[in-house]
Amino acid sequence: MFWRETYIVFRRQLRMALRNPAWVIIGLVQPILYLVLFGPLLEPIAGQLGAQNAYTLFVPGLLVQLGLFGALFAGFGLIAEWRAGVIEAERVTPASRTALLLGRILRDVLQLFVQGIVLIGLAFLFGLTGSILGMVFGLILTVLLGAACAAASNALALTTKSEDVMAPVLNSIALPVLLLSGILLPMTIGPQWLQVVSDFMPTKYIVNAIRELFTGDFFTITTMWGVIWTIVLFAAGLYVGTRTFRKENA
Amino acid sequence: MIHARGLARTFAGRGRGKEKEEVKAVAGVDIDVEKGEIVGFLGPNGAGKTTTLRMLTTLLKPTAGTATVAGFDVATQSQEVRRSIGYVSQSGSTSPEARAGEEIMDHGMLYGISQKQAEARGRELFEQLDLDGLWTREPRAMSGGQRRRLDIAMGLVHDPTLVFLDEPTTGLDPQARANLWTHISDLRVRLGSTVFLTTHYLDEADALCDRILVIDHGSIVASDTPDALKRQISGDLVELVVTDAAQAGAAAELLARIADTGVDTDTTSVSARVRGAGHEIPGLIRALDAASIELESIEVRRPTLDDVFLTLTGRSLREDA
Repeated sequence: MFWRETYIVFRRQLRMALRNPAWVIIGLVQPILYLVLFGPLLEPIAGQLGAQNAYTLFVPGLLVQLGLFGALFAGFGLIAEWRAGVIEAERVTPASRTALLLGRILRDVLQLFVQGIVLIGLAFLFGLTGSILGMVFGLILTVLLGAACAAASNALALTTKSEDVMAPVLNSIALPVLLLSGILLPMTIGPQWLQVVSDFMPTKYIVNAIRELFTGDFFTITTMWGVIWTIVLFAAGLYVGTRTFRKENA
Repeated sequence: MIHARGLARTFAGRGRGKEKEEVKAVAGVDIDVEKGEIVGFLGPNGAGKTTTLRMLTTLLKPTAGTATVAGFDVATQSQEVRRSIGYVSQSGSTSPEARAGEEIMDHGMLYGISQKQAEARGRELFEQLDLDGLWTREPRAMSGGQRRRLDIAMGLVHDPTLVFLDEPTTGLDPQARANLWTHISDLRVRLGSTVFLTTHYLDEADALCDRILVIDHGSIVASDTPDALKRQISGDLVELVVTDAAQAGAAAELLARIADTGVDTDTTSVSARVRGAGHEIPGLIRALDAASIELESIEVRRPTLDDVFLTLTGRSLREDA
């Protein structure tokens, strides 16, 4: 029953996304632009950054960026749906509230997954080398992080019910996270104080873990922390999301 | 079908910096609706109509009181209540970019109906609600009336025995409203449904409902048939505007002959309540003509919720709106 309801919601979301793929395409074009226009700048200095291949350094960062930003803004669609009365109409059915959330998150997760595969595939053309299995694990971590962000974003959307409140909140979160996670450049090249500040950013550990996974280092402390943080964020995101969806007057 | 006792809902006020204030949206209402009835819930904006409806449809937990809807307790058997009722909210029910047919099928399937059944039922409802040929149309490309009928179809896809309609005709043009009324009264004729609707139009309640509950400040102030409620207001408001203020007195005299209340005169404007104004006006105009009183305009206003309110509560709706 629960999975059927989740599937109905997921299918509806996917159908609408595919019918108007502008956002899917925009979401895909951005990391590709980074790859094409920024990647070559990293190639000559990859060695200085402690990497043999510029793209094993850069692609994990782009993956996390995709996971964070694509999903963080997922809530905007929910506000539009709420305004159109769709959420209320769904909540008056006997369907599980968690299914209403999960179906939506799965759409975002699928989108992220496809974007990630396209990104990695393209990066091979640019000269990415590394462990395929590591890349698969890296993509899984990305998808879990994306699910957490999508859930949190949906929860925020349903709580604020206003794009005007959402946009500044998300932007004020997104930029420091982007800068302090070492997405474009590893934090290790920064001064001491910047490194200390970035130590408080869970996503930094995830980016670092995906970098190690890409090079084939599965069982390191860095990877372990990345996995732990991903699971913690995933659990927290889903908890906040389902709690908001279950709340009676949300 | 609906039995509510002392149903109440208070919201914690969120005044920043101010002391916390409890807002009583609904202050203990008793509601009884029998099977097959069409009952109107009448009140101004903010009177507690939607809050009450949301409690009865399990979207909001009451802070006090009890309610059974379709035989189930809203607090402890919300799943069963949801299965038995249809709810058509004010804000719509479909995404503007989705396709109408797919929306109704998905909605039906969330009630546990098979895809095939949902499609069959959806197409049947489209036919009944004059939505033929709009199955693949996007709601954004529909007229207001069509969208509203689509919302009603959405609310009926699982064959509920009780249907809640929240302000079903707000924002529609008169033709679309009249058309929707036919469809709503058809619900009972064709499906034997019980209908509970909110409105702030008296003519709507009049056209559709067997009984009207009037709510104000979260309490029910009257429960009666439309006729009985209207009987409390004596007639339509007739307002004459004469060209020459000097003739206002003469016009007032003529109006007084058919009026059920005292005549109010304000320079060139003369007004009074007249029962069955439609029948009386032709004679009045002839009389005014015979007395060579030149009219600038004449207006007849049917009793409105405002008038009912004035009669029931002794104050106008607009005073504190």
